[in-house]
Amino acid sequence: MSTTNYIGKPTSRVEGPAKVTGAAKYAAEYNVPDLAYGYVVSSPIAKGKITKIHADEVRAIPGVLQVFSHENVPSLAWFDRSYKDDVAPGGSPFRPLQGAEVKYSQQPVAVVIAETFELARYAASLLRIDYDVAPHDTDLETKRDDGFEPGRGKTGWVPPPKPRGNPNEALKNAVHKVEGEYIHLTQHHNPMEMFASTVEWLGDKKLKIYDKTQGAFNSQQYVTKVFGLSKDDAQVISKYTGGGFGSGLRPQYQLFMAVLASLELKRSVRVSLTRQQMFSFGHRPHTLQYVELGTNADGTLAALHHHALHETSQFEDYTENVVNWSGMLYQCDNVKLTYQLAKLDVYTPQDMRAPGAATGSFALEIAMDEMAYAAGLDPLEFRLRNYAERDQNADKPFSSKKLRECYHEGAAKFGWDKRNPEPRSMRDGNMLVGWGMGGGVWDASIQKCAAKVTLTADGHLNVLSGANDIGTGTYTIITQIAAETLGLPLEAVTFTLGDTTLPEAPLQGGSWTAASVGNAVKETCDKLGEKLLKLAQKMAGSPLKDASYEDVQFVNGQIRLNADPTQAVVIRDVLPASGEKELTVENTMMPNPASQLTHSLHAHNAVFAEVKVDPELGTVHVTRVVNAVAAGRILNPKTARSQVLGSVVWGISMAMMEETVMDHGFGRYMNHNLSEYHVPVCADIHDIEVIFVEEEDDKVNPLGIKGLGEVGLLGVAAAIANAVYHATGKRIRNLPVSIDKLL
Amino acid sequence: MSTSTTQAPLGPPAIALAPVGTVTLKINGVERQLQIAPWTTLLDALREYLDLTGTKKGCDHGQCGACTVLVDGKRINSCLTLAVMKEGADITTIEGLGTEEKLHPLQQAFIDHDAFQCGYCTPGQICSAAALLTEGKAKTTAEIRELMSGNICRCGAYTNIVAAIEEVLNTPKA
Amino acid sequence: MNSFTYTRATAVDAAVREKSADDGVKFIAGGTNLLDLMKENIERPTRLVDINTLPLTTIDSTPEGGLRLGALATNADTAWHPEVEKRYPLLSQAILAGASPQLRNMATDGGNLFQRTRCYYFYDLATPCNKREPGSGCSAIGGYNRIHAILGTSESCIATHPSDMCVALAALNATVRVTGKNGERTVQFADFHRLPEDQPQFDNTLAPDEIVTAIDLPNEDFSQNFSYLKLRDRTSYAFALVSVAAALQLEGNTIKEARLALGGVAHKPWRDSAAENLLKGQPATEETFRRAAAAVLQDAKGYGHNTFKIELAKRAIVRALKQAAEGTQHATEAFKNSNP
Repeated sequence: MSTTNYIGKPTSRVEGPAKVTGAAKYAAEYNVPDLAYGYVVSSPIAKGKITKIHADEVRAIPGVLQVFSHENVPSLAWFDRSYKDDVAPGGSPFRPLQGAEVKYSQQPVAVVIAETFELARYAASLLRIDYDVAPHDTDLETKRDDGFEPGRGKTGWVPPPKPRGNPNEALKNAVHKVEGEYIHLTQHHNPMEMFASTVEWLGDKKLKIYDKTQGAFNSQQYVTKVFGLSKDDAQVISKYTGGGFGSGLRPQYQLFMAVLASLELKRSVRVSLTRQQMFSFGHRPHTLQYVELGTNADGTLAALHHHALHETSQFEDYTENVVNWSGMLYQCDNVKLTYQLAKLDVYTPQDMRAPGAATGSFALEIAMDEMAYAAGLDPLEFRLRNYAERDQNADKPFSSKKLRECYHEGAAKFGWDKRNPEPRSMRDGNMLVGWGMGGGVWDASIQKCAAKVTLTADGHLNVLSGANDIGTGTYTIITQIAAETLGLPLEAVTFTLGDTTLPEAPLQGGSWTAASVGNAVKETCDKLGEKLLKLAQKMAGSPLKDASYEDVQFVNGQIRLNADPTQAVVIRDVLPASGEKELTVENTMMPNPASQLTHSLHAHNAVFAEVKVDPELGTVHVTRVVNAVAAGRILNPKTARSQVLGSVVWGISMAMMEETVMDHGFGRYMNHNLSEYHVPVCADIHDIEVIFVEEEDDKVNPLGIKGLGEVGLLGVAAAIANAVYHATGKRIRNLPVSIDKLL
Repeated sequence: MSTSTTQAPLGPPAIALAPVGTVTLKINGVERQLQIAPWTTLLDALREYLDLTGTKKGCDHGQCGACTVLVDGKRINSCLTLAVMKEGADITTIEGLGTEEKLHPLQQAFIDHDAFQCGYCTPGQICSAAALLTEGKAKTTAEIRELMSGNICRCGAYTNIVAAIEEVLNTPKA
Repeated sequence: MNSFTYTRATAVDAAVREKSADDGVKFIAGGTNLLDLMKENIERPTRLVDINTLPLTTIDSTPEGGLRLGALATNADTAWHPEVEKRYPLLSQAILAGASPQLRNMATDGGNLFQRTRCYYFYDLATPCNKREPGSGCSAIGGYNRIHAILGTSESCIATHPSDMCVALAALNATVRVTGKNGERTVQFADFHRLPEDQPQFDNTLAPDEIVTAIDLPNEDFSQNFSYLKLRDRTSYAFALVSVAAALQLEGNTIKEARLALGGVAHKPWRDSAAENLLKGQPATEETFRRAAAAVLQDAKGYGHNTFKIELAKRAIVRALKQAAEGTQHATEAFKNSNP
C-alpha cells in the first residue's frame, strides 16, 4: 500500500502546531522596531460634513506623532479606478480621510498616531471634531418602492435570468399556492481577529506590510495604486488570517491608514481596528425577499417567483446573486426572478459567507416547506418530485450533481422517515420536537493561479503560491496535493503562501481556492515531475529510460514504472546524480473554459435539522443537524468536515441569533460589540453530522474539486426555521428566530 | 435643516500623563520587567511589550475569550485587567503550556480533532480548557460546553473543541 | 481610556479616605466592568485605587448563623463554595448563569453590585443618555430597546441592571455591609440599588466614598425549593432578557414563605414583596403562580421592542415557581436550568 497517496485522506493541519502554541503570527503581531500605533476615530453621525477637526490640541500631547484627516492627507490618486480592488462593485469606492463629507455612521474620520497604543487610544478619545449634521436615510423598509436594477455589478455577479415560461399565468392556474415575505437584517462577519495592518518602514518609501486580508495581492494592488508605489516597494504578507468569511475580500481602511502614516512619518506603524469598528465596513445586507410558489395537482412546481431587494451604499452598487439559485435548484418551467437594490446612508455591503445564496436559500427553502405543506406532501418527497436534472437557468447539463444522494443519505442518517408531518405532534418530555430540512446550490468556481515548485537536492519540495489560508485548510490540502503528485512524504513538502513576492494567486473567496491553487500546484508539480523524469532517465542504468510521463508513477519517494513498480528510481537520488542543486518550475494555471461553456458547474447540499422548543417559554435548541454535501472530490475529509461543521454553526447563528440592529433615528448600528451581537457559544452547539456524498467529476477541473467554504451554509437557516414550524406550528419568516417571536 | 454637533467634548487633555514605571511580571516561570504606565492591560503588556503574541485580542472587552491566560492557575480575560495589578502573580500563557517540539496534551488533542480553523481563538480556547481540567467541575459533555462558553470560535469548531477536551479529560494521567 | 495613576489600598478606612478626598478616585477590584467602561470612555477616573490588597476575600459564617461573603471573594469562589452550594444554591445557580468562567474568576461579589447597565446607548458616546450624561435625553425610549426595562422605568431612563447574582441576593434578603467616612453601616439589599426616577446617573444609594466590605446572607433555608431561571438570546455568555429567582418554603403543598425577584426587567433587581405575599399561605399550584406573575407585571410598561418581556416574564415566573415547588434544581446540576 502506498503511503504518499494523501489526497482524500484525513490529514491534520500542517500548520496546527504553530496555531496551538501561539507561534503563528497574525497581522498585528509583527513587533518590528520603532513601531508607532494608530487609533481610528469614527464618525458619530450618519450624514453631514466635518467643519473642523481640532487636531492641534491632540498633536500637543507629548508622544502624539500626528493626526491624519482630510485636512492634512496629502494628494493621492485621483481616479476611482485606483481605489478599486479586485471585488469592488460598481460606483466610486469610499476614500478614507479624503473629504469632509460623512457618508455613514462610524465612518473613519481621522487616525491618531502615537508612540504607544494606549496613548493613541487616549489621544483619539480627546479629538474634538465639529460636524454639520444632515438628515440621513438608513431604513430599507421605506425603500420598497424605490428599488432599482443594478447595472454592472462586481466580479462574479450575474443578473437574474430572463423570465421563462409564463409565470403569472401558471401561478393563476396553480392548484396550490403560497406566498410570503422573508426578511433578515444586516449581519456582520466578525472574524475573531480584528482588522489590523503592521507596516514596516524599510527606508526610502519601501514598505513591508503585514495585513489582515483574504488576498495579499489585492491589498498590494490597492496600496500601490492609491499611494503610487511600485510593487517592489510594497510587499504584502499575510501568513495567517484570523477568520475572514468575506470581510477580508476588500482592503479595509486600517491598511490605508497604516500605509499613509508610515509614508508620511517615515517609520513603522500599526493600525488595528476595535471590535466596535468591525461594524463599520462591509456586511451581509439587510434584505427583503418575496417568494411565490404554485404547484400542479401532481405536486410538481407550476410556477416560481422570487424577488429580492437589499440595501447598498450611496456610493457603490453592491450586488450578490440572491434569486438566481431559485431558477436552478428545482425543475420549474415558469419562473420569474427579480433583483433590486436601494441606496441608503450606510457603508457598502460586502460578500459574507455564501453571499446571496445564504440569503436566497433561506427564503426559497422556507417557501418550499410551506409549499410542501400546502400541497400535502412530505418536504423531502416534494423536493424529489421537483428535482432538477438540468440547469434550467443556463440550459446546460450539470457536470455532476449528486443532490439526490444528499437527500437520501442525509435523510437516512437523520431518520427522516420517522417524522410525523403534523406540526406540534412530536415531543421529548415537555419539549416540542421539530424536524425540518433545506438545501442549496453553489458555484464550483476556479480562477487563474500561479505556482512555483522547487525540488532541492536533499529531496525537499518547496511549493510557493501567494494564496491565503483563512482557516479553510489551504496549507494542508496543497501540501497533500504536492506530496502526492510527486510521491513525497508530507514532511518533505513545505507550502509557503500569503506573500506578494510569491507567484500570484486569487483572492481567497468564492470557494475557489482549493480548485484554483490545488490545480495550479498539481499542474506545476506535474511539469516538475516531467523534468525530474528526464533527469532520472539520464541516470546510469535507469530503469525508466524509455518511459513517458504517463508510464510512470511518483509514489513513496520513487518514480516507478506503472507496468512494473519494482522498476524504480529514488527521487532523492535524481538531483545529486544529475549534478543539479535544485529543480524549479514556475507555471500559471488557466481554467479550462470549455467545460464552463458546456456544463453547469455546481456543488449541492441537503440539510436536516432537529429543534427542541419549550412550548411556554419559546426557547429553542438546535439539538441535531445532518448536512449532506456533494462537492466533488474531497481532498481532506478532516479539514473538509470542519468547513461544513463551521457552516452549520453559521447557519444556526443566522437562524437563531445574528442581526445588526440599526437605530434609524441615529442611522447607527447599536449592538456593535460581541456582547450584544450574538454568535453561538459552545453551549449552543450540539450534535452535527457531516456527510460527503461521493461525487466524481472529470469536467469541473482536473482534480474534480468543487470547493467547500460556502455550500455547507445553504439551507441551514431554513431547515431550522422549518423545524421550528414543525415543532410549534409557527412560521417564522423573519430571522433570527428569537424568543420574542415564539411567545 | 442642519444642526451641528461636536464629537468628544470630553474636556481638555490631561496636562501630565501618568508616568511610566517598572512593573515586574512572572510569566511562564520567568520574571520579566517592563516599563509601562498603569493604563497598559495585561493583554497589551504581553502582546506589545513582551512580544508574547500567542495571547490574542479578539474584542478587548471581555466578550470573546481570545485573551484567556492563567493567573495563579485560574483562567481570566487578560484584556480586562491591568498589568500593574498582576505584579507578583504567576502568569501562564499559551507559550508556557507547550512548544511545537513538546506539545501539551490539549494542544495535541486540538490538532488531532481539528479543533480550530483560523487558529485565532485557539490559544484562548486551550488556556481555558487547561483551567477547566484543573477546576474539575466539568464532567459531562453539557458541562464542558457550558464551561467553555466564554471562548467564542467564529469558525464554529465547537464540536471538535469539545471532542478534544473530552479526550484529554478521559485519558488517565500516566 | 484616559490617563490615571494607580495605587494600592492599604486598609479599608484608608481607602475610604482616599476616595472622599478626590472625586477622580475609583476603586478597582476585578476590573471586568470598570476597565470595559474606561476603554469606552464612559468611566474616566484619574486615579485607580486597587482594593485587591484588602483582607475581604473570605466567606465565613456570621454569628447569627448566616453566611458572610467578603466583598473581594470572586464570583467563581462564591458559586462553588461548599457552604454556598449547600445552603444558598439559588445564589450559586444565579452566579453561574452569568458571564463566563473567566469573568467569574475575576469579578468580585462586591464589584458585582456595581455593574453598570448594558444599555446600547449608555455604551455609545455618539448617542445621548441620561445615565451617562444627565439631561442629555434617553435614546432608548423611542429607540431600539429590546433589552430594556418594563418595570419601574421613568421618562429619564429605561435601562436595566445586568447582574444575575444580585437577583438572587435580592430574593435571599441579603444585607450589604458598607464602610464610609462615618464608619460602618448595613443596607438592606432591596435598598441598595435604586430606580432611575429623574436621576438615572445614580445606580445605587451609596455615598460616593462608601465601600462595600461584605454581603451577609441571612440564616434562612431556601436550599430545597428554589429556581434561578434565565432567558436570553443564546444559551450562555449573554445577559438576561428576563431572569427569575424563585424560592419557597413549603409545608406539604402549602407555601409558607416565598421569595420572588426578577432580573433584566428593571433598573434594579426587582423583588416583589406584594407578589410574595400573594403566594404565602396558598397551595403551590400553577393557578397560584399565575396570580403572582400577573401581580408582578400588573404595572409593567413596554416600549416597543421590549414589550414581549411582559409576557415572557409572566411565563418565566410561573415556570420558576413551578420548578421551585417541585424542587427540581440542585446545585450539583449547575447548568441544567441555565436555559431550558
